[in-house]
Amino acid sequence: MSVVSMTVNGKPASADVEARTLLVQFIREQLGLTGTHVGCDTSQCGACVVHVDGRAVKSCTMLAVQAEGADILTIEGLAKNGELHPVQAAFREHHGLQCGFCTPGMIMTAVDMIRRIPELDEETVRDELEGNICRCTGYHNIVKAILAASQEMR
Amino acid sequence: MYQFNYERPKTLADAEALLAKADDPKILAGGQTLIPTLKQRLAMPSDLIDIGGIKDLDFIRAEGDAVMIGAATRHAKVAQSADVKKHNPALAALAAGIGDPAVRHMGTLGGSIANNDPAADYPAACLALDAKIHTTKRLIEADEFFKGMFETALQDSEIIKEVTFPHPEKAAYMKFRNPASRYAMVGVFVSKGPWGIRVAVTGAGQNGVFRVAEMEEALAKNWSPDAVANIKVPARGLNADLHGTAEYRAHLVTVMAKRAVAAAG
Repeated sequence: MSVVSMTVNGKPASADVEARTLLVQFIREQLGLTGTHVGCDTSQCGACVVHVDGRAVKSCTMLAVQAEGADILTIEGLAKNGELHPVQAAFREHHGLQCGFCTPGMIMTAVDMIRRIPELDEETVRDELEGNICRCTGYHNIVKAILAASQEMR
Repeated sequence: MYQFNYERPKTLADAEALLAKADDPKILAGGQTLIPTLKQRLAMPSDLIDIGGIKDLDFIRAEGDAVMIGAATRHAKVAQSADVKKHNPALAALAAGIGDPAVRHMGTLGGSIANNDPAADYPAACLALDAKIHTTKRLIEADEFFKGMFETALQDSEIIKEVTFPHPEKAAYMKFRNPASRYAMVGVFVSKGPWGIRVAVTGAGQNGVFRVAEMEEALAKNWSPDAVANIKVPARGLNADLHGTAEYRAHLVTVMAKRAVAAAG
């Protein structure tokens, strides 16, 4: 066991973890932030996407100890002062979710995508969603929501 | 997951010392293949030596007629690098097509080639671009580096430091993705440069990446898609699984080679 410390959603977080503890386990089980989901646990589905030092990564494919000193943003850290983040608001507005299981990962991926690519088009959004799987929506409204948020945030 | 020891050295020298000391160590770079492998217990190293903290291994430098890329440089950084895009756009495009965006934010060049997955993209680039692989012990030519499925010339305590990619005159990489896993069923990297002409194939071979001499000779005489259109690699020695037969992969090699030559212009 060793102590790992990082910043999670702007607050310092520290806990005693085993080397084998995954970042997603640390976030969910030790910090109680259960908005980050585990869908497949095999790096395929993207339900566990969080931001590590500003970049979207799959938290089921990273050890908590690898994130020592990092700045982590999870779905819980997106809304500010009770106001949904524009991407969250766009997912609601455009019905970008049904069961909602993949949604936290979709939204964290979308926020990262909009940050990296100022001029998004439909093809690019679909391509960028390669690592996120949704079994309900057929992606159509997710793509619409991301394009709308991208416009809104310009 | 099972229990292991974890170390995060700050320097290459510390990493080497830790490797030498540990019982059955493995280097952890981006972890995008290794961590899923550990979860499935397909590998059970006693110690993980995380090289993510060694700053000297994360760089891209254009010098003379080559681009040098540090072993721990992430795919996303290679894909976005102005130097790589300028001097070796085929390499930037290849990096931009590995895995998905989140994987590209973690996965590294050194990790990819050290693992030498038979369907990985970077080994094709290294082989086709006559890359030089610099390790803590020596310089290894790409031709000597890839030894078979998940096998390389690396010794146990040897760490990749950087890879030198000489600038090609023309190059392109085309891959046919498995529709589900998105890994290369077949990927073909073609190049023309100071080394002559090279055609490297990933995804297809049972022993990993390989060159196609017959295509290289044909392209040397006539650099055009037509030159490779009727050259078929033998199906023997190619992968066959539920996604495609060896014959199908052999066919794809020709198709991807044609497309790559067309794309290279």
